[in-house]
Amino acid sequence: MPNAAPGSLVAFADAPPAPLAPWAPGRLAGLFRRDPPAAVAAITLAVIALAALLAPWLTPYDPTQPLDMAARAQPPSAAHWLGTDLASRDLLSRLLFGARVSLGISVVAVAVATIVGTAWGAVAGYAGGWVDRVLMHVVDAGLAIPRILLLLGIVALWGTLSTTSLVLLLGLTGWFGASRLVRAEVRATRERDFAIAARASGASPSRVLVRHVLPHAMTPMLVAATLGVGQVVIVEAGLAFLGYGVAPPAASWGGLIGDGRDALGTAWWISVFPGIALSATILAINVLGDRLRAALGAHQLHAP
Amino acid sequence: MARSCPVPYLGPHMAIIVLKRLAQGLLIVWLTTTLTFFLIHAAPGEPFSGFLDDPRATAEMRDAYRTRYGLDRPVLVQYGRFLASVAAGNLGESFFYRRPVAAVLADTVPRTLLLMGTALVLGFTAGILLGTLQGSRAGGWFDRLSGGVAVLVASLPDFWLAMLVLLFFAGVWPVQGFSDPTLGSTAPFATRALSVVRHLVLPAGTLALLITATVSRYQRAALIDVLPNAWMRTARAKGVARRGLMFRHALRNALLPAITLGGLAIPALLGGAVFIEVTFAWPGMGSLAVQAVGDRDYPLVLAIVLLSSAFVIVGAVAADLAHAAADPRQRHA
Repeated sequence: MPNAAPGSLVAFADAPPAPLAPWAPGRLAGLFRRDPPAAVAAITLAVIALAALLAPWLTPYDPTQPLDMAARAQPPSAAHWLGTDLASRDLLSRLLFGARVSLGISVVAVAVATIVGTAWGAVAGYAGGWVDRVLMHVVDAGLAIPRILLLLGIVALWGTLSTTSLVLLLGLTGWFGASRLVRAEVRATRERDFAIAARASGASPSRVLVRHVLPHAMTPMLVAATLGVGQVVIVEAGLAFLGYGVAPPAASWGGLIGDGRDALGTAWWISVFPGIALSATILAINVLGDRLRAALGAHQLHAP
Repeated sequence: MARSCPVPYLGPHMAIIVLKRLAQGLLIVWLTTTLTFFLIHAAPGEPFSGFLDDPRATAEMRDAYRTRYGLDRPVLVQYGRFLASVAAGNLGESFFYRRPVAAVLADTVPRTLLLMGTALVLGFTAGILLGTLQGSRAGGWFDRLSGGVAVLVASLPDFWLAMLVLLFFAGVWPVQGFSDPTLGSTAPFATRALSVVRHLVLPAGTLALLITATVSRYQRAALIDVLPNAWMRTARAKGVARRGLMFRHALRNALLPAITLGGLAIPALLGGAVFIEVTFAWPGMGSLAVQAVGDRDYPLVLAIVLLSSAFVIVGAVAADLAHAAADPRQRHA
């Protein structure tokens, strides 16, 4: 990770100004020709995000309302495109509302993680010395606990959590990697000429850090945050799969997959459709994050 | 580059580095365990809630339990006792199993190691092979096809891939447990071993598939980085055969990211093992962890965290060592 810093900075400085806004039609068509997978990923994400936003208007059924307990776990039909679940609720409605839970929680959690990680890594990298060593030891300790074990422990011990606490929890267990990244960027930037010049002209350390050094860490952070959303979607889904998600009857995609776990042999659709939605989202995020990283010229490993 | 000694001499310098890393590791294990200890004790409720909340339990019975396990003491005293007993090599007694934690772990940890070890070996072998194949003909149809599949598989959450495997292979291989429960301890060893291997196929295969997908991406990128180097051209010019060129010159340099990945993948693997074990009812440390937090089995939870973070440290140090073995430059760094 640390050796990613110089490359990305150089590329960032050398990159030509963006000629067109990302939403300009000509640019989108160009992207399609140049990089079909990235275009498909972008469109997939846009559709899923729209579906999540518009869920209340797209769904003819209440996602939490059992429809007909006599006809549970109905296979996909014209009335219920994706079938119904074990409590006879419309699966498509649950899937659309599940997108809100999965994506909403993950995006906010990554925002929390990015803020905490940036602050932590910036202080460590800029201060150096023993402050750096102590702060980074905490990060090493955080990285040494398998995240899912830590989360599982907290969630199980505290019982059912409110959505806010779940978001905070996911954010506060996910900033360790981000802090390392920011620290590496800050260390690579703090001794560059413009930072020295700012210091020489009397800027306070916090001003140099916030106004001159940190902006250079924005690009790798953007990539890390994009990929981070995918990771948090997975982690949250995993917790929900094990039964520690948001309070029922609401459910994220992971919770929906978990609902159908025991009925996999007889009612495959209950797990399979949420599973496809989950995989498609993560795949799209990974493809986009990867392209973003390549486009921003980071000399790092081409991670999947 | 080519050397005859299969096990490289790492020198005293490496020994010092390793000792230093292990000492740091000990500090980290202590930090994680302490963090977990106070987290657990800050959580609402108490152990045995199932038992203690039982209206039939008398106040004396409850007090007797609390006294027996030291739960009536202040948290700091409990923490001191815990540290002292861990330092003496005693992990305490599991609330749920009423057995020493060490004995419970001795039953379950080898199963997780078997699962993870099999998956690691299979996954890394396949991943390095696949990545090398892709990288040596980058941009070709095989690279593009298998690369797309690898990105897809690497994007699948582990529990979801496990469920897909369940859905498609449920009739072919055993999907539940560690071995055939009808086999008694009197059955011949070979029969029992075979049963374990049959039960291992799906969980280990699922985990290995995920590892293969990730490793192959790194391996492909690393090989593509190595191939255009001047010394590769030199080696080709002096007449090294294609196979020697690939294995001795390119692969050896391109292996470094995979080695790093292997050491650093331990936390992710332990997390993945939780879901794979739960989905396939594999009675290892992951299933135990889920059960232990559900039961509020404090000593067991603490021991699992302690052991997991120790695994993580050992993995990182092992990656350093393997790195040094593959790259002589690092031995004197």
